[in-house]
Amino acid sequence: MGDSGTRLAVDPNDRVTIGISFGNSNSSIAHLVDDKAEVIANEDGDRQIPTILSYVDGDEYYGQQAKNFLVRNPTNTIAYFRDFLGKEFKSIDPTHNHASAHPQESGETVAFTVKDKAAAEGEEEEEEPAPSTLTVSEVATRYLRRLVGAASEYLGKKVTSAVITVPTNFGEKQRAALIAAAAAADLEVLQLISEPVAAVLAYDARPEAQISDKMQVVADLGGTRSDVAIVASRGGMYTVLATAHDYEFTGVALDKVLMDHFAKEFLKKNPKAKDPRETPRSLAKLRLEAEATKRALSRGTNAAFSVESLSDGIDFATTINRLRYETLARTVFEGINRLVESVVKKAGLDVLDIDEVVLVGGTAHTPRIAANLGFLFPQTTRILAPATDTSAINPSELQARGAALQASLICDYDPEDIEQSTHAAVTTVPHVANAIGIVSPGPSGEEVFVPIIPTDTAVPARRTVQLSVPAGGDVLVKVVEGNTHIKVTKPEPAAKENGESKAAKVEDADEDADEDDSDFSDEEEEEEEEKREKVWKIGSTLAEAAVRGVKKDGKVEVSITVYADLTVVVTARELGGKSAVRGTLPSA
Amino acid sequence: MDATVISLPLPALPEGWEAEKDFRAIGGITKSSATARTLEPVGPHFLAHARRARHKRTFSEDDRIQAQERAKKIEENEDSDISEPEDPILLQRDAKDWKTQDHYKVLGLSKYRWRATEEQIKRAHRKKVLKHHPDKKAAAGRADDDNFFKCIQKATEILLDPVKRRQFDSVDEEADVEPPTKKQLAKGNYYKLWGNVFKSEARFSKIHPVPSFGDENSTKEEVENFYNFWYNFDSWRSFEYLDEDVPDDNENRDQKRHMERKNANARKKKKAEDNARLRKLLDDAAAGDERIKRFRQEANAAKHKKRLEREAAERAAAEEARRKKEEEERLAKEAEEKAKAEREAAKKAKEAAKNAVKKNKRVLRGSVKDANYFVEGDASAATIDAVLGDVELIQGRIDADEIAALATKLAGLKVVDEIKGVWKGEIERLLAAGKLKDGEIKALSS
Ligand SMILES: Nc1ncnc2c1ncn2[C@@H]1O[C@H](COP(=O)(O)OP(=O)(O)O)[C@@H](O)[C@H]1O
Ligand SMILES: [Mg+2]
Repeated sequence: MGDSGTRLAVDPNDRVTIGISFGNSNSSIAHLVDDKAEVIANEDGDRQIPTILSYVDGDEYYGQQAKNFLVRNPTNTIAYFRDFLGKEFKSIDPTHNHASAHPQESGETVAFTVKDKAAAEGEEEEEEPAPSTLTVSEVATRYLRRLVGAASEYLGKKVTSAVITVPTNFGEKQRAALIAAAAAADLEVLQLISEPVAAVLAYDARPEAQISDKMQVVADLGGTRSDVAIVASRGGMYTVLATAHDYEFTGVALDKVLMDHFAKEFLKKNPKAKDPRETPRSLAKLRLEAEATKRALSRGTNAAFSVESLSDGIDFATTINRLRYETLARTVFEGINRLVESVVKKAGLDVLDIDEVVLVGGTAHTPRIAANLGFLFPQTTRILAPATDTSAINPSELQARGAALQASLICDYDPEDIEQSTHAAVTTVPHVANAIGIVSPGPSGEEVFVPIIPTDTAVPARRTVQLSVPAGGDVLVKVVEGNTHIKVTKPEPAAKENGESKAAKVEDADEDADEDDSDFSDEEEEEEEEKREKVWKIGSTLAEAAVRGVKKDGKVEVSITVYADLTVVVTARELGGKSAVRGTLPSA
Repeated sequence: MDATVISLPLPALPEGWEAEKDFRAIGGITKSSATARTLEPVGPHFLAHARRARHKRTFSEDDRIQAQERAKKIEENEDSDISEPEDPILLQRDAKDWKTQDHYKVLGLSKYRWRATEEQIKRAHRKKVLKHHPDKKAAAGRADDDNFFKCIQKATEILLDPVKRRQFDSVDEEADVEPPTKKQLAKGNYYKLWGNVFKSEARFSKIHPVPSFGDENSTKEEVENFYNFWYNFDSWRSFEYLDEDVPDDNENRDQKRHMERKNANARKKKKAEDNARLRKLLDDAAAGDERIKRFRQEANAAKHKKRLEREAAERAAAEEARRKKEEEERLAKEAEEKAKAEREAAKKAKEAAKNAVKKNKRVLRGSVKDANYFVEGDASAATIDAVLGDVELIQGRIDADEIAALATKLAGLKVVDEIKGVWKGEIERLLAAGKLKDGEIKALSS
C-alpha cells in the first residue's frame, strides 16, 4: 500500500473487520453476513451516516443528529472535513463549511475551533469553557471512533480492523493521514481501496454475477463532488483507465436549485419578509428541508417542503412536482452528462465501447440523472441505477459493501502480506493495447474479427472460446490482433428547404423547454442523427493453426494465453477430441 | 473464466494449407503495443494474481518506485497549466457589475477564452476558490471580503452553462482578432494576419470543421472552398447578453413587454450588423487576396492561350482549305485537259477510221466494178444497181474491221472469179453467223 505513517497492526486471529465508506458528506459501515455484504444501521437507524460531528454542552453528536445541529449550533458543528485530511490550508476549498465550523490554518494542516467541553462543575455558570482547536486528523479520529462504536455495538464485539474507501485522487499524504487518524481511533486499516472499484466489486460479488470482460463507467455522484472513473473490468480484475473529479455538478448544487426556488416562492407569498437566504439560521433550515424534499423527489413524483418559522417567524409549506424540479435542475443534470461523456473521451473510448454504467452515491438515486445517462449511451449499455434497473444495488451502499467484501478477503493476511500483495511491483503490469482474437467467415464471405482477449487486459491472461463447425472437416484457426473504430453513417441529406425548417423547429423546441416542464428528448432531432457503429478492424496476423477432421456440427475450443512477458500460447482442439494443436509466439 | 461459447463458425482450411504440427507462427505481441497500467488491488481475482506474481518473492521499496514510474498516470496534478497574474484592478471589481465582467480573465483563462475546455474552467475555478474564498480571507484577518469571490462564482456560473457561455462568447470582444490594418499588411504576412482573423471568427460557426484561410500555396479549390463557406457562414452568434434589464415585477406589464420588444429588435439589429461585418471582412480579405488575382490571371492567361490556339488553328484550317481547293482546281484542270486531248485523239481516230472505212468501201465497190459486176459485156444499169445494192447490204451488216479485212482480201484482185470467190466466202461467213439471211443477197450470190 505504501501509506507511510502511524498504523496499527492487529493479529489476524484477533481481528473483527468491517468495511467503511468514509465520505465527505456521508459515511457507511458494512460487514459480511454469510458471504453477503450488508450495510449496518447505526443506533439512529441510519445507513447513510452524515460525516458530521457536533458539540453541545460537552456532548458529542455525530451523523444525522449532528447534522440537525447545523441549524441551532452551526459554529460547533464540523462538516465536510474528509477532503481536508493530509492537506495544507492553502489547498483546501472551504466553500461547504461556510454554514458550520470554518476551517483554519494550523501549522501544516487544517483545524476547526469548537467548544467541545462542558462547563466544569462548580464553576460559575457564565464562564464558558475554552474552545478547542481540533486538527482535521483529530476530527477524523473522533468521527471514525463513533463509526467503529456503532459497528461494534451492532456486531456485539469490538471492531478492530477495516477496509476504507477513498477517492481515486486521494494523494499519498491524505492516505497516510487517514491511516494515522484511524490508528488513533484504535482502528487498523487493512487497506484503502478506491471508491469506484469498491462499487464495482460490490456488483461482481453478487452470487448471480458472472465474471466477464466489460468496460464500465462508474459515476459516483455525491454531495460535494462528482467523481467519474472508466474501469476496464477484465476477468474480475480492474484497471482504472481515466478519471475526472467535478465539484460543480453535485448534490449540493441540486440543493441550491431547490433552495433558490423555495426562497423565491416564499418571498412571492411573503413580499415583506426577509429573504431566508440572508440569515444563517434560515438558510440552514432552508438547506436541510430542500435536501429532504430533493430526496423525496427521487421516490415520488410529488414532494412537500415545509419549514416552521423559515424567516421572520413565518412558517412556510408548499409542494413541488418532479417535472418542475427536473426543469429547475436541468443545468446540473446536463453538466453530469457532459462530465461522464468527457471521461469516456479522456480514456480514448467512445460511448459505444461502454457496457455498463454503475451509478454510485446519494445523488445517483435521482431518476432523471439515470435516464439522461441512458440517452447518452447506446440501448445495449446497462445503466445500473434504481430508476433504470430493478436489480441495481442501492447506490449509497455500494462502496461500504465493496469495502466489507475486500476486508473479508484479506482479513487473514498479516500486514506484511497485504503490503506485498498490493505492492506496485504486483499491481503494475502490461495491458495489451490491441484485442487478440480469431477470424470467422462473415455472411458475405468477408473476414470477421472475433475478440477473445479484449483491449486493456492485464497480462498474464487466458481466455477460452468455443466455435462451431457446422460442416465438419478441416478448419483454420487464424489468430489476429484487432481494434475497433467508429463508423459514422451520415443521414441522407434532406432537401435544403426541408432541412432548414427542421432545424428551425429543433431550435424552437429548445427554447420552449426552458419554460416548459416536459419533454427533454427530441424526436425530431433523433430522426436526423447520424448512425454510429463500432466496427472491428483486423490487424496483424499472429498465427495460423489447423484442426483436422472435425465432426459435422462439431465444436472447436480455442484458448489463448498471454504471459507476463507478452509471449502468446495458442491451443486449439476439437471438443471431445484427443489431440490439440499448440504453438508459442514469442513477444516481437 | 469459463469458455465462452461463440455462435460463429470457423473457416474451412484453405486448399493446400500445410504446416509442421499444423501450427504456423507468424507474429507476436510487440512490447510497444502493451501499456504498463496499475491494477486495482481489489477482489478475489486480483488476490489470486498477486499470489502468483509474488510466489515467494519479496519486493523492495526500489521495486515500488520503479514500477510506479512505469505505470501510466491516471490522476493529473490538481494545479496545472492555469496560472495568470491577477490584475489588482480586477480584484477590486464590483460583483454586481457582472455584465461587463471579463469572465475568462476573472478565472485566469484570458489566454484560452472560448478555447477553454470545461475541465479547464472547473480547474481554474477551483484554484481561484482555494485562494479567494471569503473564509480564507477571514482567516487572514480580512473579514467580509467576498466581492471578488462573487465575481469568480458568477464567471463560473456563466462559463459552465453552455447556453450562457455562448451568449457571453458572442460578445467577448477580447477574443476578437481585429482585421489587419493596411500598415500591418504592408509588411507582408497577408495570409497569416487574415488567417488569424478567420480562425477567431470560426468560433461562431455552427458547422465544423471550418475551412481555414490558408496561405499562398493554397490551391484554387481550397481558396474557392474557403470563400464559399464563409460567404454562406452559419453563425450561432447572438446578442441577448447585451439586453437591457427587463423589470421582473408584475406591476409593470406594459413596460416589461415594451422592454422585451426593444431587446428583441436590438438583438435582430445586432445580428444583421454582425452578418454585414463578416461580409465586409470577407470582401476586404478577398480584395487584397493575391491568390484570387493570381487565379484570375492564370485563368485569363489560360483563356488567352486558348484564343491564340484557336486562332492559329483557324489560320491553319483556312490555309489547309485553300491548299486543298487549289489542288482540287489543279486536278480538275488536268483532268479536263486530258479529256480534251483524248476527245481530240478519239475524234481523229474516228475520222481516220471513217476515212479508212470509206476507202475500204471504195475497194469493195471497186472490186465488183473490176469484176464487171460479174457479167459478160456491159453490165446493165439494173445489174450494177443490184450488185452494188448487195455490196451495200453486206457493208451495212459488218463493222469497220470486217470491212477492212474484206477490203484487204479484195485489194489487188483482178481476176473475176477470185473476186467473186472472196465475196461468196464473205456471204457464207455472214450467213453462218446469222448476220445475213438466205435470199437477202441476190445479185452477188448468183
Ligand atoms: N434519495 C436521494 N435522492 C437524491 N439525492 C440523494 C438521495 N439520497 C442522498 N442524496 C444526496 O446525495 C448526496 C450525498 O451523497 P453521498 O454519496 O452520500 O455523499 P458523499 O460521497 O459526498 O459523501 C447529498 O447531496 C444527498 O442530498
Ligand atoms: Mg462519495
